[in-house]
Amino acid sequence: MTDVRLTGPMPRLPHTGRVTQLRVVVSEWTKLRSVRSTRWSLLIGAVLTIGFPLLFAAVTSSRWGHMSPSERANRNPLDIALAGVNVSQLAIAVLGVLVITAEYSTGMIRASFTAVPKRLPVLWAKLGVFSVVAFVLSLPAVLIAFFASQAILSRHQILQISFFHAGVARSVIGGAVYLMLVGAFAMALGASIRNTAGGISAFAAIFFVIPPLLNVLPSSWNNAINPYLPSEAARSIFSLTHGPHSLAPGPGAALFVGYTLLAIAIAAVLLVRRDT
Amino acid sequence: MIEAQSLSKNYGEKRAVDDLSFVVRPGVVTGFLGPNGSGKSTTMRLILGLDAPTAGLVTVNGKAYREHVAPLHEVGALLEARSVHTGRSAQNHLLAVAQTHGIPKRRVGELIDLVGLHDVAKKRAGDFSLGMGQRLGIATALLGDPATVMLDEPVNGLDPEGIHWIRNLLKQLAAEGRTVFVSSHLMSEMALTADHLIVIGRGRLIADTSVEEFVNGASKKIVRVRSPQAEKLRGLVAGSDVSVLALEPGVLEITGLTAEQIGDAAATNGVTLHELTPQQASLEEAFMELTRDDIEFRAGSGELEDAA
Repeated sequence: MTDVRLTGPMPRLPHTGRVTQLRVVVSEWTKLRSVRSTRWSLLIGAVLTIGFPLLFAAVTSSRWGHMSPSERANRNPLDIALAGVNVSQLAIAVLGVLVITAEYSTGMIRASFTAVPKRLPVLWAKLGVFSVVAFVLSLPAVLIAFFASQAILSRHQILQISFFHAGVARSVIGGAVYLMLVGAFAMALGASIRNTAGGISAFAAIFFVIPPLLNVLPSSWNNAINPYLPSEAARSIFSLTHGPHSLAPGPGAALFVGYTLLAIAIAAVLLVRRDT
Repeated sequence: MIEAQSLSKNYGEKRAVDDLSFVVRPGVVTGFLGPNGSGKSTTMRLILGLDAPTAGLVTVNGKAYREHVAPLHEVGALLEARSVHTGRSAQNHLLAVAQTHGIPKRRVGELIDLVGLHDVAKKRAGDFSLGMGQRLGIATALLGDPATVMLDEPVNGLDPEGIHWIRNLLKQLAAEGRTVFVSSHLMSEMALTADHLIVIGRGRLIADTSVEEFVNGASKKIVRVRSPQAEKLRGLVAGSDVSVLALEPGVLEITGLTAEQIGDAAATNGVTLHELTPQQASLEEAFMELTRDDIEFRAGSGELEDAA
């Protein structure tokens, strides 16, 4: 171990400042950027968002000559451009859960709530900082994914679509909005459950387990319920086409924002009430 | 200043803190003493508002902790359980805590130097030894230059040099007029640092007194006597308020009489004494005596009392 010395009397602090929401935001930004696993998760999220579309575009492009007409008709340039979002959502959701549950597992939450005993400013700051970071990283990632996959496909003059074609810009930017909202939703789950494994399981259950489970219901029931599930409502934000059994982007986004706000409200009530 | 009024805390069926009232005053080091599991850490969490009391009220410097606009300037706390993200460096941990109050970055450096973590400030806190983690906790507690300093078992894991430092620091903080509240399950530690004691057992207040009074008040008067006629002396002093313990042949420990009374009785009856020594109970013994019934899980209970 390094030589550790204890020295001198305690230096005084002339300044005395009060806790403000802005200061808590600055503190949460320091927390987010000063843990290695956070930086890795964000980097992996961005790589997945860009990497999968490039891969799918390259494969589609090289296999195009061997595809049947019906197969070709099923290819959709936006599905390729946003394929990575389906994968990177898991990285963003896990990180959203982890940002809060890691404070509970390490005990950091006691330091956080001792510094900010009103507690809610910590939740608002975490949600705000993480949502902004998730969006600011996701937006260039989905834009790069779109234009790079289009560039690969353009070599064979296939599946070309303009960014300014109706609904395209909305879908691409919607991919970044989707990732941001999913991250906030997952963080709210983590704040309520306070346990990393539990938080990630809850997210996985809501997004990946319940939707296929509903397939065993009579299809009329499934079609009635399915569009209103959090996962399906959220998906409509970045889907280009909307069938009879899915919500339009506006209502879908509004519904998922509603689910997210509900999850945040539950987390906020529990955060203030529970012992730490 | 910390004031607790009829503070109680239940965890399910278990009552961890039971109708506790006390005042911790500025300018002195107040020791918070009790066996492990007696409710010290719970009381400290209640003071910080981390846990909500089932009943009662606790204020710090006149207000509930949660109501302070700048809590870190009011109370600096070190809790027994580690409260640091293992993946963050000591420096970034302190910075994140400091930023909630707009405390400048320079202050973080000052405290890292103060507690002697300069060389490891940029290393992950998860790789710290118990002692280094304790120093980081103390640095966190002192970050806001607080009027009240509350430390839960601060000497845990510190090396002798660190223990010496923390004792001096506590005395110095009290001399500066701060309220200093330090818990320990070790009497000997409190004997060296504390001026005043609050003793609890099974969540209840047992004593709220100065260290000096505590020793005098709690200790039974025991006199050690060595005599070739020990059996005769035993018969002479026997009485309802007196207990005599034969430690070994010719040596007695007599409780309930002063050395003068025993000496006089021996002289009157022509018993030879080779030794007559009043035993000063240590702080440790006084503590054991007081908390005897309040240690929840105790091995071989009852047998010791019967022997006497």
